[in-house]
Amino acid sequence: MIVQLSLRGLALSRGGRRLFDGLSLELRAGEACALTGPNGVGKTSLLRAVAGLAAIEAGEIAFGEADPHQARSEGLHFQGWQDGLKPARTAREELGFWSRWHRAGEGALPHAVEALALGPLLDLEIRKLSAGQRRRVALARLFAAPRPLWLLDEPLSPLDAAWRARFGELMASHLASGGLVLAAVHDPLPVAAKALELG
Amino acid sequence: MSRLAALLARETALAWGRGGGPLVSVGFYAGVTTLMPLAIGPEAQRLAAVAAGVAWVALALASLLSLDRLFERDYEDGALDLLSLSSTPLELTCAAKCLGQWLATGAPLALAAPVAAAALGARLELAPLVFACAVLGGLAFAFTGGIGAALSLGARRGGLLTAVIVLPLFVSPVIFGGGALEAAASGIPWQAGFALLAAYATAALALGPFAMAAACRNALS
Repeated sequence: MIVQLSLRGLALSRGGRRLFDGLSLELRAGEACALTGPNGVGKTSLLRAVAGLAAIEAGEIAFGEADPHQARSEGLHFQGWQDGLKPARTAREELGFWSRWHRAGEGALPHAVEALALGPLLDLEIRKLSAGQRRRVALARLFAAPRPLWLLDEPLSPLDAAWRARFGELMASHLASGGLVLAAVHDPLPVAAKALELG
Repeated sequence: MSRLAALLARETALAWGRGGGPLVSVGFYAGVTTLMPLAIGPEAQRLAAVAAGVAWVALALASLLSLDRLFERDYEDGALDLLSLSSTPLELTCAAKCLGQWLATGAPLALAAPVAAAALGARLELAPLVFACAVLGGLAFAFTGGIGAALSLGARRGGLLTAVIVLPLFVSPVIFGGGALEAAASGIPWQAGFALLAAYATAALALGPFAMAAACRNALS
């Protein structure tokens, strides 16, 4: 559905402070973009603005020909710096809920569980998982309900080297099937990506 | 529909576990109604006169417990971002959250209310009315309480703020329900108060979700 993400002349403020203005970016199907820049420069705010969670001051965010509201509600995954998982629930309960919430098809969840090797973790409470394991459970949402545009905020930070590489492969296959990735990162993305430096 | 059903199941399970859920609410409720005879004296006649009213006010207070966490946890851990990024309107999402809160705490309290009233000496014939008032009142408390919970998102000591915002909104249902129970206890027509309580609950169910969704959007942006 989403084949293109265009930011034109974007200006964002946070708490009365102008973060940046005149920001432009073109991202097409199959492309990834790594957002970099020092802490507090507005990487998270930019991702939230693209998701429609934060208001923009000036400029335009377009999703190709797609209706912005529909693109945001059905065409993108937003993985914030938090995992959005409840500590007292098991990974199975949380993934089950989120895949129903994202209207995942039958059989999509087992595929996601397999892709991220979550089988042994499914019956553990989220609070008992390590930060990296928790992130893998959170990232499973991306695979349980396939959507073209991924907005990722430091997706790799809690993952170990092996899982960073594995997630790189998964990201590459998402891009190969026409996906788009916009990720705020401090370390290089494990796939070929455009670079956009803020600040 | 399956999306809202999934959300309702999740919310009920979360509210059930949140701060002890129904056990703590019902325990708190039992505690308050037990303290009353200790404070106003054990004479059966005096107690019986205030029994239904005391059971009713204690219910309003017990409804405040765990209310502050209704949106706060989803807000803090980022789940509210994902819930609001959906083709399901945030208003319906908020309504499902409140309904889950009511199923986990309001419904057990509604079952406990006639028992508490009877224990304080209210006549047994009043039990159905106490139960009906507790069901309607509990829904009104959950949906107006949700407004306070959403408005206090992101505030430090949000729990206290929630109570301060919500208690004035509880005034009308407490008056209407208390009036109906008082009238029934003294044998005069109670239907007017009960109808007003039902009207208040309906208004809270209909309008509360819009206020909650607006407050959530404001907190997220």
